[in-house]
Amino acid sequence: MKLTLVTGLTGLLLLGTIVELLRRRQLREKYGMLWLAVLIIVIPLSLFPRLLDNVAELLGVASGVSLVLFLGIVFLLLVCVHLSWEVSALEEETRTLAEDFALLRAQIDADRAARDELVSTDG
Amino acid sequence: MVNGKRTLIIIPALNESGSIADVVGEVRGELPGVDVLVVDDGSTDRTAAVAAAAGAKVAKLPYNLGVGGAMRLGYRYARDHDYDVAIQIDADGQHDPRYVPKLVDLLDDNDLVIGARFAGEGDYNVRGPRRWAMVMLSAVLSRVAHTKLTDTTSGFRAANRRVIEMFAGWYPAEYLGDTVETLVHTARRGYRIRQVPVAMRKRMAGTPSHSPAKAMVYLGRAFAVLTLALIRR
Repeated sequence: MKLTLVTGLTGLLLLGTIVELLRRRQLREKYGMLWLAVLIIVIPLSLFPRLLDNVAELLGVASGVSLVLFLGIVFLLLVCVHLSWEVSALEEETRTLAEDFALLRAQIDADRAARDELVSTDG
Repeated sequence: MVNGKRTLIIIPALNESGSIADVVGEVRGELPGVDVLVVDDGSTDRTAAVAAAAGAKVAKLPYNLGVGGAMRLGYRYARDHDYDVAIQIDADGQHDPRYVPKLVDLLDDNDLVIGARFAGEGDYNVRGPRRWAMVMLSAVLSRVAHTKLTDTTSGFRAANRRVIEMFAGWYPAEYLGDTVETLVHTARRGYRIRQVPVAMRKRMAGTPSHSPAKAMVYLGRAFAVLTLALIRR
């Protein structure tokens, strides 16, 4: 009973955190929705850990809890890979921005030098 | 102008304020009428200012992107300003600009020309894992490119309009990507690659690394980069 209380409360706390982050617009919706979906699955399981025992038996896993642990690790790995992918895309975007910025700055310098030259030959 | 072609010399530079003025000055002295673009790859010293004072055009990146990032910027500049030829030269003074006309000549029949060490001219020696890496890279890349390539990591290369156009849109920023991966990519798309022997000089400033452990790591990374480049689309 104690364990159920601990796991259930943890789940609710995480749910509250994510809702609050979404409410303050600190979390992009695509990630917020993902974590909300996860919690909606996890909270019932934290209250009733035996819920998956039948499925576990079907797959040859000794207990539902082990199955949840396994699926959890797989899921987290996938999330990590996804985040690496997102970071790579972001790096490519910032790289392009940095290049655009340097090109613009070079253009401005060239324009300014040309103008200065024009002024000095006029005057 | 080199042989009637609008030519841009691209020099990627990171904290090279000690040598960049001499390199820019030498290029402009040897090759009158070419434009020099120094790409300052986020230097913390006065590289950009020194290069501009020496008469180069300067594009200063807001932070360090690596040689590949600096070079794509250079090729984008070459494309946007309508150059016929873009030539990459190292900022440490090891490439002799007197070879540039030779490279440009070969661009008549090739798309990418590489100035290569160990190809008969000059003296340059490496041993141990670093040498194995070079042997492996040149063996594999020579097969891929259907031409003899002995110095695949050379930063002395000349590109014509077709290659400038391609590099402006695609140029890897990763480690060794600027040399090994671009060669695989270029060769696979049917561009003609050719190397020409050049003598390299001692660097004007800075020191190359000689630690065996680093050489071993280099070998491993070169192998990984090459494998990845070969299995990529």
